[in-house]
Amino acid sequence: MIVVYVETVGGVVAEVSLEAVAFARTLAAAGGGIPVDAVVCGPLGDAGPKELAEAGVRTVLHADAGEFDVFSGAAHARAVLAAREQTRAVVLMGGGTNRGNDVMARVATELDVAMAANVVAFEGLSPFTVTRQVVGGAALEEVRLGSRPAVFSVAGHAVEATPAETAGPATLTPLAVTLEPGDLTVRAVSVEAVDTEAAGNLKSARVVVGAGRGAGGPEGFGDALELAELLGGQLGVSRVVTSLGWRPHHEQVGQTGSRISPEVYIPCGISGAIQHWAGCASSKVILAVNTDADAPMMTKATYAVVGDMHEVVPAVNEEIRRRRG
Amino acid sequence: MADVLVCVKRVPDFSGEVLLSDDAQSADARYVGHTLSNHDLCAVETAVQLAAATGGSATVLTVGSADAVEQLRTALGVGCTAAVLVEADPVTLGPADVAREVAAVVADHEASRGAAYDLVLLGNDAADSGDFQVGIRLARLLDRPVVTGVQTVTLDGDRVTLVSDVAEGRETYRLPTPAVVTVLEGGVEPRYPTITGRMKAKKIPVEERALSAEPVGSGRVRLRVPAPQSSTSTLLGEGPEAAPAVVDLLQQLGVAR
Repeated sequence: MIVVYVETVGGVVAEVSLEAVAFARTLAAAGGGIPVDAVVCGPLGDAGPKELAEAGVRTVLHADAGEFDVFSGAAHARAVLAAREQTRAVVLMGGGTNRGNDVMARVATELDVAMAANVVAFEGLSPFTVTRQVVGGAALEEVRLGSRPAVFSVAGHAVEATPAETAGPATLTPLAVTLEPGDLTVRAVSVEAVDTEAAGNLKSARVVVGAGRGAGGPEGFGDALELAELLGGQLGVSRVVTSLGWRPHHEQVGQTGSRISPEVYIPCGISGAIQHWAGCASSKVILAVNTDADAPMMTKATYAVVGDMHEVVPAVNEEIRRRRG
Repeated sequence: MADVLVCVKRVPDFSGEVLLSDDAQSADARYVGHTLSNHDLCAVETAVQLAAATGGSATVLTVGSADAVEQLRTALGVGCTAAVLVEADPVTLGPADVAREVAAVVADHEASRGAAYDLVLLGNDAADSGDFQVGIRLARLLDRPVVTGVQTVTLDGDRVTLVSDVAEGRETYRLPTPAVVTVLEGGVEPRYPTITGRMKAKKIPVEERALSAEPVGSGRVRLRVPAPQSSTSTLLGEGPEAAPAVVDLLQQLGVAR
């Protein structure tokens, strides 16, 4: 049995969890058709079970007691452990978000087994060996998870959240979880919807216009912002931009910022250091604008324009406006 | 008065390309510098600010090679007041080993001082190994609450308030100290060491310790670097004259109308 810890946002199944289920499916197939179950903690919208069923989940184990209304890493880990007890799962996995890694690390710690974060592939079942991202994805580490159950998280965008070829309806089953007294010591006392909405938009944007040191200063983002607006996209920036205080951290794309996977990423004045590449490598098309034709971003991009972003981007904006009449 | 322990890791300062050692067990960092992870830098800054605000202390700890004293000096240079080096070959260590060694330092501190560190801060994950779990394993060993991925930390007596940006919004946690917290970049701006700070840092002795137990390791079989992609970039043009070609492409891709 494979159990996937599924994250929800406002009762909606997170994309990264559907990716994790898709990953679990390939693992299940390699294991001769092992069933895939899901653990969901807290509110789950009506569409959730159907969506998970289409992804290949057989049973949705739902911890829906009031204690799960607010996130507590310890309580969620206890739910995954309860699911493991119930199903005798040999693999416990989640998505490679901060929350997914938190919960899976707690699970591994409780079980006194190893945990591999940000897995992108499995190499073999016996011994159970996975490949995970290190150095922000610039290198890969093959890791043997010697003990059972195998506990790991799947890196965001490592696989596509495609539906299962054959899927039946998923059974929604209440999951009884016995919490320890300390499990609720650490839980959010308030949740305020603020700029993180913008970060969320960045992660799900179809188009992201990036701007780096080439912007030249806090006043240098107007054209990039306008291009983002013309394309119905979002602005994303490099770390140096946030370090210099030119733009807020929630706009940062990279290893320690948001990881994006838009249809089109247009990095302007961004050289493409490993740490930035880690955050944008999943973009389907990259169109780089840079004065240095040999910058890593320019050579890795799908398309490139050599030039100063302050000359190229306004010209592109003008051309879009002209064609729109 | 808060006593804070902040844990850091010496990591290679890769920016362009990662090379591996011949045995594929570690990154070949002979030709690059070393640094602290961005999250670690923010954890150090947070520790220094908390110590300054409460008239307490900020001790920096690393588990790794003797060379990591360079990173301890960096932390001392920005305001940490004491430093501990647990010397070990980093290649042999897994997250459980690091957590065990930090726990041993915490236990010894408590035994000798009769008081616990109010907070143990760590970077959320290291820039090289990205394991995400030392803080949680440490908290389990110490039987203390842990919150991960925190951006701001405020102490009020024996309570700590933690703020963390997550998918749902900005979450606030309040919990009793002593506690373990892993810090994510974005809440504080790390300061750079001044010349005076560096001079001061040189005079602070670094406590050196040996591993308390044999490492269990990380389960690493080997590292590899993905095959480099040959440059397949299509040049659309140079300067503003490229604008029509750019817009043609954006229209083809269906993102501009």
